[in-house]
Amino acid sequence: MSEMSIIEIHNLDKKFGTNTVLSDLSLNLEAGKIIGLLGPNGCGKSTLLKIMAGLTSDYKGAVLIDGKNPGQDTKAITSYLPEMTYLSGWMRPKDAFDYFADFYPDFDRVKAQEMLRQFRLDEKQPIKNMSKGMQEKVQLILVMARKAKIYLLDEPMGGVDPASRSAILDVTLKQYQEDSIMIFATHLIADVEKIFDSVIFLGYGELKLFEEVDQIREKYGKSVDELFREVFACSVSL
Amino acid sequence: MEDCFDSNTPIYLQLVKLFTIRIAGGAWGAGERVMSVRDLAVEFKVNPNTVQRALSELERDSLVYTERTSGRFITGDVNRIREARKNLIDQEVAAFVRQMKQLGFERDQWMAMVEESLKKENV
Repeated sequence: MSEMSIIEIHNLDKKFGTNTVLSDLSLNLEAGKIIGLLGPNGCGKSTLLKIMAGLTSDYKGAVLIDGKNPGQDTKAITSYLPEMTYLSGWMRPKDAFDYFADFYPDFDRVKAQEMLRQFRLDEKQPIKNMSKGMQEKVQLILVMARKAKIYLLDEPMGGVDPASRSAILDVTLKQYQEDSIMIFATHLIADVEKIFDSVIFLGYGELKLFEEVDQIREKYGKSVDELFREVFACSVSL
Repeated sequence: MEDCFDSNTPIYLQLVKLFTIRIAGGAWGAGERVMSVRDLAVEFKVNPNTVQRALSELERDSLVYTERTSGRFITGDVNRIREARKNLIDQEVAAFVRQMKQLGFERDQWMAMVEESLKKENV
C-alpha cells in the first residue's frame, strides 16, 4: 500500500497438500532495514522466503516485490541464500564467481574476492573438500557480493562456529547497502538480534509479532531472544 | 567487544552510554571526527540505524555535532565534555551507594571497605 514498502504481502496462503504452511499473512516491509525472520522449525520461514525469491508460485494472495509479482524481473534485484547448498562439489570459489558473474550483472567479483580473503578461504579449493562452515561462507559471499535491492538469507549461520558467526555478522554489516532490505531467517536469535531493525515472529503460518527491536526492549523489558522463548513456549508444550 | 549489552534496555540507549564513556574518557578526543556509522555498527555488531539513532541522541546532548559537508565531530567544548564525565561518575557512584544499601551495609562499613580496597590496589 504505502509507497515506502519494497515488499508487500497481502493475505498470503500457502498449502502443501492439505497442510497449511502460511495462512492469511499480510506484511509491508520498507527498504533500508535489516529484518529478522524468526520462528520455530517448520513454521514457514523458508517457504515465505522462497515465495519472495520467486521460486514458488502456487500460493494464494498477493506478493509484490518492488511493485511486481515475483518472477524474472524481481530475481534480477533479489539476492537469495537458500538453506541448502546448490553449488556442485567440483566447483571452486573461483568457478562459482565465474558462474555468478555470468548470471548476475550486479555481481562484484572484487568484493567477493575481498570477502574470501577476510574468511581466509582459498579461491582454488574445490567445494567438496571444504567443511560445512566453509561452504556456507562461500555461499554467503556469493549472495552478499551482489548489489541487490533485496537480500533474502535463509539460516546463513546454521553450520558455523561462534567465531565464524561473528565474522559473518561483520561481513553482513560491512556489505549491507543502505537503500536495500535484508531479511535474515535464523533461530540463533541471541547472536544476531542486535543487527536487526525489527523482527517478525512467525508461528506456524501466522504473524505473531512484527516489532522494532528497541521497541520490544522498551515495551517488554526483554531481549528478542527472551520474548521469543516466552511467545513460543506454549506452542512447544502443545 | 563481545556482549557488553544487557537485554532489558533499548540498544540505542546503551550505545549512547558507551559512546559517552569514550568521549568523557578521551578515547574520542574533543574536536575529532566520529567514526562512520558503518564502522561503528561493525565494531559493536549492531544495526546501522541504531547507531544513527544513538549519534542523534548525542547530538541533542551537544556532545557531537554535524558539519553539513564534512561529517560528524566530537564537540570542541571541553566544559561540555567535563560535565558529561561528571554526570557519568555521579551515576556510577549513585548506583554503587544504592547497591551497598541493598546489601545492607552502613555508610561507615562500606566507606571502610572502599579504603581497604584502595590500599590493596595502591591507589
